[in-house]
Amino acid sequence: MDQIYQLLAITLGAILANNFIFSQFLGICPFLGVSKKVDTAVGMGIAVTFVMGLASAITWLVNLLLVKLGLAYMQTVAFILVIAALVQFIEMFLQKAMPSLYTALGVYLPLITTNCAVLGVALLNIQNNYNFISSVVYGITGGLGFLLAIVLFASIRERLVFAEYPKAFEGFPIALVTAGLMALAFMGFSGLKIW
Amino acid sequence: MTNVIFAIVVLGVLGAVFGLLLAVASKIFEVKKDPREEAILSHLAGANCGGCGYPGCAGCASAILAGDAPVTACAPAGAENAAAIAEIMGMAAPTGERQVAFVRCTGGVNAKKRYDYVGVKDCISATKVAGGPLECSFGCLGFGSCVNACQFGAMSIGENGTAVVDPEKCTNCGACMKACPRHLIVSVPASKKVHVTCANQDKGKATMSVCSSSCIGCGLCQKECKKDAIHVVNGVAVVDYEKCVGCKLCTKVCPRDAIIPVATAEEKEKYKAIKKAQAEKAAAAKKAAEEAAAASAQ
Repeated sequence: MDQIYQLLAITLGAILANNFIFSQFLGICPFLGVSKKVDTAVGMGIAVTFVMGLASAITWLVNLLLVKLGLAYMQTVAFILVIAALVQFIEMFLQKAMPSLYTALGVYLPLITTNCAVLGVALLNIQNNYNFISSVVYGITGGLGFLLAIVLFASIRERLVFAEYPKAFEGFPIALVTAGLMALAFMGFSGLKIW
Repeated sequence: MTNVIFAIVVLGVLGAVFGLLLAVASKIFEVKKDPREEAILSHLAGANCGGCGYPGCAGCASAILAGDAPVTACAPAGAENAAAIAEIMGMAAPTGERQVAFVRCTGGVNAKKRYDYVGVKDCISATKVAGGPLECSFGCLGFGSCVNACQFGAMSIGENGTAVVDPEKCTNCGACMKACPRHLIVSVPASKKVHVTCANQDKGKATMSVCSSSCIGCGLCQKECKKDAIHVVNGVAVVDYEKCVGCKLCTKVCPRDAIIPVATAEEKEKYKAIKKAQAEKAAAAKKAAEEAAAASAQ
């Protein structure tokens, strides 16, 4: 029972209270770069969720090996290696097994290699002493939090076209202001306490 | 020191294992690709403009390979590359003159406004509001949907508020033609210089009242043309580029200045005077002939 409560807490925390983008500020690059259209934002969000879940599982196992060898201080380097290889592998696998998903994710899949949210989730799993199941759940829900954030942000940006704001704010400045306001709004979730 | 070496060895082994796994995976999950696709792709423009209607140049290459798209699908690549693609596909090289886009409206400030449009600066949005802000339901709105669609910087909004094409930069990719809600943009041969700059198909009186540079379909150009190269079709003059030799006689008789290059008033006067002189000469000759005939009869 405790395990289930913990998983629920992780889920709520990763999606709302400790959202990777709005309260941990990880994965900002794709968040700002790929959020001009809702369609592409959804694609990117799903791809990130997918890779974060898988990366959590594999890096957890790799960490076991590192700890055994007394090389825990090499985590970051090893994880980067794992994630880069994993993304390449997933790309190949999808191209063969699920061409439709491969074309849907398109260019976003290789872009994820350099997404710090993926590395972040791997390191946080170790930092928080999560077991294997918790790690995978944290990875997937963290990705869902990213998906939620980027889709909300993209739909706001699409509507910004119709808004009237000073010329100097056009483009990136208004996007950053929007992101800041959204982060403030998400701060409201930090008061969330169920148990 | 041993620590460092140990770390290097372990990570090196880890990297090598991943590398090997990827190498094996790339063989297992290999997707066979037609080598011709790469070859075709190398002959496309590479701008990913979407003018062909496929998602990017790679999409166009696979469509050409599948036979869904013609070898000339990529207009920006030009005739040379189309010929190269045709060779890859084992077909005869296509022939044809270079075409460029042309906007069939120079109304702009000359056209009467129905209301002041203050919405999103986009032609499609503007046409959705009571049929657009212009009295003329065929005219260029000048909000630049085509300018945004052009990936080659060949389009701009000209001085009088209508879109104009820079024929030097235009690749005839067709993106602007699809973007224009009024279908004002057409392909014309790049070498031809005489064009009708109006697409209004309404009756003469209605056309005259909405814009001062509209084609009213009077047919003077059709009468004047020695090559039978301009005709009034559906109330608007259309140049037959197969026959047009660019003599510009039609531009001199057009009462609405709706054929470019627009003749100046001076040129028009001169042409009128020449015609008058010719007519007088002909009349005089006729009179003389009649007199001579009468004299011989007597």
